[in-house]
Amino acid sequence: MEIFRFKKDIPFMSYGRLTTAISLVTFVLAVFFLAVRGLNFGVDFTGGTMMEVSYPQAADLTTIRSSVDQIGLKEATVQNFGSSRDVLIRLPVKAGFTTAELSEQVFAKLKEADSSVQLSRVEFVGPQVGQELYENGALALLLVIAGIMIYLAMRFEWRFAVAAIIANMHDVIIILGFFAFFQWEFNLTVLAAVLAVLGYSVNESVVVFDRVRENFRKMRKASVVTVIDNAITRTMSRTVITHFSTQLMVLSMLLFGGEVLHNFSLALTIGILFGIYSSVLVACPVALMLGINRANLIGDVEKKESNKDEKIAEPDPSEFA
Amino acid sequence: MNRYPLWKNILVVFMILTGLIYTVPNFFGESPAVQVTPAKSTSKVDPALLAQVEEVFKQENIEYEGIYLDDRGVKARFLNADTQIKAKDILQSSLGSDYTVALNLLSRSPDWLRNFGAKPMYLGLDLRGGVHFLLQVDMKAALDKAAERFVGDFRATLRKERVSYAGVTREGQTVQIGFSKATERDKAKSIITKQFPDLIIKESGSGESLLLTASLNAIEQKRIQEFALKQNIQTLHNRINELGVAEPIIQQQGADRVVVQLPGVQDTAKAKEILGRTATLEIRLVDEEKSDPATLEKAEKGQVPMGDEAFKDRDGRVVLVKKSVVLTGDYITDAGPGVNNQTGQSVVNVTLDGRGARVFQQVTRENVGKRMAILLIEKGSTEVITAPVINEEIGGGRVQISGMANTQEATDISLLLRAGALAAPMEIIEERTVGPSMGIENIKRGTNSTLWGFAAIAVFMIIYYAVFGGISVFALSINLLLLVALLSMLQATLTLPGLAAVALTLGMAIDANVLINERIREELRSGNTPQASIYAGYDRAWGTILDSNITTMIAGLALFMFGSGPVKGFAVVHVLGILTSMFSAVVVSRAIVNWVYGSRRKTTHLSIG
Repeated sequence: MEIFRFKKDIPFMSYGRLTTAISLVTFVLAVFFLAVRGLNFGVDFTGGTMMEVSYPQAADLTTIRSSVDQIGLKEATVQNFGSSRDVLIRLPVKAGFTTAELSEQVFAKLKEADSSVQLSRVEFVGPQVGQELYENGALALLLVIAGIMIYLAMRFEWRFAVAAIIANMHDVIIILGFFAFFQWEFNLTVLAAVLAVLGYSVNESVVVFDRVRENFRKMRKASVVTVIDNAITRTMSRTVITHFSTQLMVLSMLLFGGEVLHNFSLALTIGILFGIYSSVLVACPVALMLGINRANLIGDVEKKESNKDEKIAEPDPSEFA
Repeated sequence: MNRYPLWKNILVVFMILTGLIYTVPNFFGESPAVQVTPAKSTSKVDPALLAQVEEVFKQENIEYEGIYLDDRGVKARFLNADTQIKAKDILQSSLGSDYTVALNLLSRSPDWLRNFGAKPMYLGLDLRGGVHFLLQVDMKAALDKAAERFVGDFRATLRKERVSYAGVTREGQTVQIGFSKATERDKAKSIITKQFPDLIIKESGSGESLLLTASLNAIEQKRIQEFALKQNIQTLHNRINELGVAEPIIQQQGADRVVVQLPGVQDTAKAKEILGRTATLEIRLVDEEKSDPATLEKAEKGQVPMGDEAFKDRDGRVVLVKKSVVLTGDYITDAGPGVNNQTGQSVVNVTLDGRGARVFQQVTRENVGKRMAILLIEKGSTEVITAPVINEEIGGGRVQISGMANTQEATDISLLLRAGALAAPMEIIEERTVGPSMGIENIKRGTNSTLWGFAAIAVFMIIYYAVFGGISVFALSINLLLLVALLSMLQATLTLPGLAAVALTLGMAIDANVLINERIREELRSGNTPQASIYAGYDRAWGTILDSNITTMIAGLALFMFGSGPVKGFAVVHVLGILTSMFSAVVVSRAIVNWVYGSRRKTTHLSIG
């Protein structure tokens, strides 16, 4: 079976203006929602307590809410998730309560109201730890970006490194934009997903760039735009098939993974969908704009390989324009 | 012709076999078990202990599935939980307090596998249930306490050397000594500098109010903090031993934090209470000179005389005690409940170590006829348990503390004293608790996600790439096998995000095979022979696969370095998964392709969809 069989190269680069416009609009929207709504940080980053309790029958949220209110926790949120029997309670950090004991108190109250309640999970994060996790998360993000850029700059060229990172940050900002728009909870697991997307989405750019480099060697007479169009068209099939396979896995996590993996797989889904788009239609135009050409990509490779018996002609100076 | 050299084929077979051996233990499941570990450093783990446990089982007619000795203790498996609990109770009573008997779950995998070192994956708390605490040690309190000790030491030293001083007080972490004469101050300075080399001494004041200010130097501060942390970890160990947890983890994290993980603990309230207990015992002298009714009344209203502190005893009466501490709980080596032969009251029998015994003897000798207060400091409040009159000098370090309300209290307090005091209070700053049923649920969720995702990818790949798709799926399953084997071998902690990483890594690993298959198709299309296409497909795709895996690896390593908790669990599996996927997607799949097509001289058609 074969879905993608292109007779001719698709002139992706000639749509450059359109795709750049689309990217800019989504990007600006994402930034807008991030700025206006902000991320709904989970207890991992803000500090606070999250409790998951389950009942053998459908849970009565009003009773639960009033039990929590009795302790004086008006800001607590009580909601169902997954099924009507499972309840998620979020308690903010509150002065005057020895925070670690808060969950015990709440659970004792719930037990008073209905003795069949079961405690499934408690997560308490002190405010100072939340701050640290937040800082470490940001640091990890920066380190990933720097690491990938250095590697790509070494393996290819700085223009590709910059283009790939711009494409990736585009994905990351859009994931964050979605989380801000829908006010989905952003916690450590989602952060892991975002960073995984960063690594995964760079793959895409790398695959295309690899092909671009190879094409520069093989298609000696072709223009830069033709070379890029050919590289994208030839890798198109692989890009879609790979992403589809990965998405099958992520979909399975979304369906079977439960509460903990829910937002994780959502972040991955958005990352994968926009990853296809950005690695092709953001990374390549950006690289083109930065002025990649044959010389700066395979120039020094040739010097090294010139004593091998690969037949690579000197680049045609007329194409440098 | 596409053929692997013999060594490469052997390598592939060897890797798969090793993978199988280390993966298999994960399928045997677990049985209820008990484990016997020494509670004291003096108790030994040796075959004699194993024989002893076996003997107990034989006498009590307890059937067990298996029993063995490892470097941590004796472990025995049972058919059901009832036998397990019965065995635990019997063992605990027959072995006594030298050993801790804890409930556990053990793999049912046969002995020969264990001899290979093949164990099932080590499940994290979110998969097996349990509690995780991050505790912050209050270092300021530790330093305050150290400064407080110097107050007493200075007084004793200056008195001994006959230096006249106006008073010794503690201001935060510095100690100030007042003098009225410069000569006395100089004398004191030289004595203190000589006797306490770890202090920084400064002079200040003028005329009749001269001051010496002593503060701890940086090295000493660091030493005190390190000691406080070590002492707290040791104390936590002792307390958790009393809880009887099978595989507790108590580790230092950073300069002032301790991680405590208690797998399988269900009663988190109890665990928190025992860990969070900051009770310390202090023995101080009652200030008899100032204990007249008028001063006591004033003290109750908050006007406490200099150098004293006022605390209430169990009947609510105010007791004025001196600020300087005679002994702390640190000097206690053992404590146990008992009954006083004469009064019939519940008491706690305390044994002091050598230094504590000497100090105690000296203080009791010098203060016959006076009262000595025993203070219990718990959760910031101090209570005078008892303040008996010293009738005579007490030597030998054996002290009986009376004033217990009942036997239960005597038992509780002795447990607290025996388990040791915390050098500085601790606060829980992070808690993650997962109930046992949730743990099982999480395993189900993780494995279901992986299996269904895997099945979907398999179906799709075989439809899309036919035989080559099948080979890719085989390579992917080898990837899963090797990843599970590697995780079992390294005993890396597997968490739910880790299981998600298994799924995601498989989803991403198929990329390598897609790249290869697409390349082969392309080569075929441009008119190459099947054999040349296979060769070129693998050869050309390799560079790309390497590049893309390295970038993913960079992200994985950053996650590992900066991640904590769930992120770290994800990163470990992710990084290992990238390694195994490179091997399986390239080397293993090629081996199969070579085996299927490589030796056919005239392959005219490749089944690649």
